[in-house]
Amino acid sequence: MTAILAVRDLHVAIGRRGHAANVLRGASVDVEPGEVRGLVGESGAGKSMLGRAILGLLPANAVITAGTIAFEGRDLLAMPEPERRKLLGRRIALIPQDPMTSLNPVRRVGAQIAAVLSHHLGLSKRQARARAGELLAEVAIREPGRVLDLYPHEISGGMRQRVLIAMAFACNPSLIIADEPTTALDVTVQRQVLQLVERLRQSHGAAILFVTHDLGVVAKICRTMTVLHAGRVLEDGMTADVLARPRHPYTRALLAATPRADRPAEALRPVPPALIESLWSEAHRLDRLADAGLPS
Amino acid sequence: MRWGEIIRRVLLIPPTLAGVGLIVFVLLRVVPGDPIAMMIPPGASAADIARLRALYGLDQPILQQFVVWSGQVLTGDFGRSISLHQRVFELVLARLPATLELALLGTVIAVLLGTVVALIGAYLRGRRAEWAIDGGVGLLLAIPDFLWALILLLLLGVILPVLPISGRIDPQLDIAFGTNFYLIESLLTGRLDVAAALLQHMILPALALALPFAALVARLLKAQLAEAEDQDYAQVARARGFSRPAILLRDVLPNALIPTVALGGVQITLLLGGTVLVERIFSYEGIGNMAIDAVINRDFPLIQGLILTFAVLFIALNLAVDLLVTLLDPRLRHG
Amino acid sequence: MADLALTGVTERPSRWRLASARGGARLWLGAALVAVLLLIAIFAPLLAPHDPVEQDLMSAQLPPAWMTGGEWAHPLGTDSLGRCVLSRLIFAARTAVEVAAIAASLAAAIGIAFGLLAGSFGGWIDQGVSRLIDVWMAFPPVLLSIVLAAVIGAGLTSVVAAIVVVDWTRFARVVRAETLSQLQRDYAAAARVLGLTRGQILRFEILPNLVPLIVTLIAVEMGIAVLVEVILSFVGISVAGDTPTWGGMIVEGRQIVYQAPWIMALPIVSVIATVIGFNLLGDGLRAALDPVHRQ
Repeated sequence: MTAILAVRDLHVAIGRRGHAANVLRGASVDVEPGEVRGLVGESGAGKSMLGRAILGLLPANAVITAGTIAFEGRDLLAMPEPERRKLLGRRIALIPQDPMTSLNPVRRVGAQIAAVLSHHLGLSKRQARARAGELLAEVAIREPGRVLDLYPHEISGGMRQRVLIAMAFACNPSLIIADEPTTALDVTVQRQVLQLVERLRQSHGAAILFVTHDLGVVAKICRTMTVLHAGRVLEDGMTADVLARPRHPYTRALLAATPRADRPAEALRPVPPALIESLWSEAHRLDRLADAGLPS
Repeated sequence: MRWGEIIRRVLLIPPTLAGVGLIVFVLLRVVPGDPIAMMIPPGASAADIARLRALYGLDQPILQQFVVWSGQVLTGDFGRSISLHQRVFELVLARLPATLELALLGTVIAVLLGTVVALIGAYLRGRRAEWAIDGGVGLLLAIPDFLWALILLLLLGVILPVLPISGRIDPQLDIAFGTNFYLIESLLTGRLDVAAALLQHMILPALALALPFAALVARLLKAQLAEAEDQDYAQVARARGFSRPAILLRDVLPNALIPTVALGGVQITLLLGGTVLVERIFSYEGIGNMAIDAVINRDFPLIQGLILTFAVLFIALNLAVDLLVTLLDPRLRHG
Repeated sequence: MADLALTGVTERPSRWRLASARGGARLWLGAALVAVLLLIAIFAPLLAPHDPVEQDLMSAQLPPAWMTGGEWAHPLGTDSLGRCVLSRLIFAARTAVEVAAIAASLAAAIGIAFGLLAGSFGGWIDQGVSRLIDVWMAFPPVLLSIVLAAVIGAGLTSVVAAIVVVDWTRFARVVRAETLSQLQRDYAAAARVLGLTRGQILRFEILPNLVPLIVTLIAVEMGIAVLVEVILSFVGISVAGDTPTWGGMIVEGRQIVYQAPWIMALPIVSVIATVIGFNLLGDGLRAALDPVHRQ
């Protein structure tokens, strides 16, 4: 099977020229059609940056210095802007991190969903509204007709995340970037949202790149996973294999730091600082090699 | 809660107006300057002067004059103008529409112009051209409306004589109006040629009023647009394939407008205050121009009536701005 | 040279150098415009080719020298009474500076007094002063100054009085807020612990810290004062008689704008240059002095 998304050797730097700091150092990730891949790392690992690079959402002071991002065989980075915009939201969708701030506070929920539908699928106002109602029903929102006319501040955080999920699946995308979609929710809502995403993925047949720092979530829903640190991929493989037999010491350390049902909390060990330090110094050594024009 | 605030403000209107009335009333009377002296022909006898004084009630103690005047005002009687020999209420009522139309046109131009400039500035964020926009806005803001009036008058009225520079309408045109809202009336009745003739006269003064206010709108709105565009909902909209102009217009602008109206809305009173001199400069027959005449002629009843009129307009505008913020923000509407 | 560069790095750059760097181009452009204005005002009798009130009806409404019909004896032409426009502009600059300096200082003095009073005593005094400021600011400033000047009558005093009475609130509001915030900082508390009286704290601790703010406000206020003079001229209550003022020249020019547009244009240009000069200076000073005073 050919990958639907192939990120190759992606380098991203932030900051002005001369003072730029690398945040991605040659990261490569593949996502197969219909697969759920976990992209795991601590904060600062560059995992969100990678998701943002795919969506063209890098901050204004960030530059992609090398690499390609191929979606269905076409390089998103080489593509003209209008063409890429046709893919975004339709073939590639985003489930954002924070449901409290990711909906426009002054537009009704229905109008925000309908805008995506009429923009990408050319639906009329009435068709878009009807379809928006169906989507809300699909994400298990009761009384969808009423919710369509509400403003974001009038519904709960869990409901807002469902609305955002409905918007992500609105145009039947083949790839969804889920950027820590459960981090901002409380635990009981988290589980429901994960089940919902999994159910919709199966019925819509989309692949998901699930960006998270939570190995527990990865274990639950991801078939494959990629471990990222300092903008580099440290480990990559089937989730079951990686979790059972982690090859990289960092992955082992991460696992030891993750709470699990079958293990008492006292057994948790933080990732050893010496390990982190050696990984960073390795990353900086690569930076210097790259600056000197040498292959790493 | 929000509505409670508005009700509180409404309740504060009568005492505020009473305060303004009292201050103006006393101010006009404690300082030297005698309106009767300006009315009488040279050689009038002391008895004549005393008679005139009594006629206008100027021989009474100030406080008593104020009580009498307040009582009359409450019954809608603002007294008679000393210089124009007509009832103040009717004089003001006849001229007020001209000023309101001018201020309204100025506001519309300012809001449109300011919004467009702010949107362009926000779109150019981080580029070198943004600097030019900020500089231009700063220049517009530094020069007040009456200086713009003089500049426009010189440039477009005299040096490049494309527009008339005095009056409200061409005196040679003999057009009957049913109301004193000439522009609004002609637009509503579909007499577009009349509206065009009116606009020719109004455009320069309205533009003069609009330019500094447009700059204020542009500066405030541009800052709010930049802030709103950094919010998650605007970023997420980009990931849904919407173009930047579309996001700026549909997602960012409605959000940025709320704080802009809340911060800058009150400044519209400055535009209204600006009508006084701008009307004077363009010999435009509104209440601002009338106020200057009244001051020059020391026409106490007329000055009082006009200042109360301005005070009422100011308070009404402040309230209207508060209502507008409430209407724009769904969180306040239901909260 | 190497050791020189080294000391340059280790030594703290002077406050003034830092400040002027922060003020940037605005500060220098503003300062230059204001300096030119001041020089013209001071040396008016030396610069003006004619007596500004000297009439010559034989050569009235002459255009500027470079236009047809102009004479180099009157480089910028003459007004409808045959007075030299250039000379009147120059002497009007003097009037403008006088009015601006006196009015701005007086408004500042009164505003600072009220602001310090309200900010440092608090309680009912603060309540009273704040209410007073609120009521004052509810008045349309243009109307207030016109009415005021009207009742006081024409003349320099009237113009100054109108500006002071209308604009003292500008200073009072800012000084009150700043005094309140300064009093809450550590050094004011330390001064209280040291046993300084309220008056001493105000004089030695608070006031010096307010200086940058006040300087900035005064610069802006001087620009406003020049504008108020123009406003009052339109109501015929500016400086009386023959004394040349920019406002008076603009109003005279408006009457004959079709015949002699330059008579109105030249004072307008002077007013704009002055106002922009004071504005830039104020902006530049704000940028230059504020961070220094925050540090």
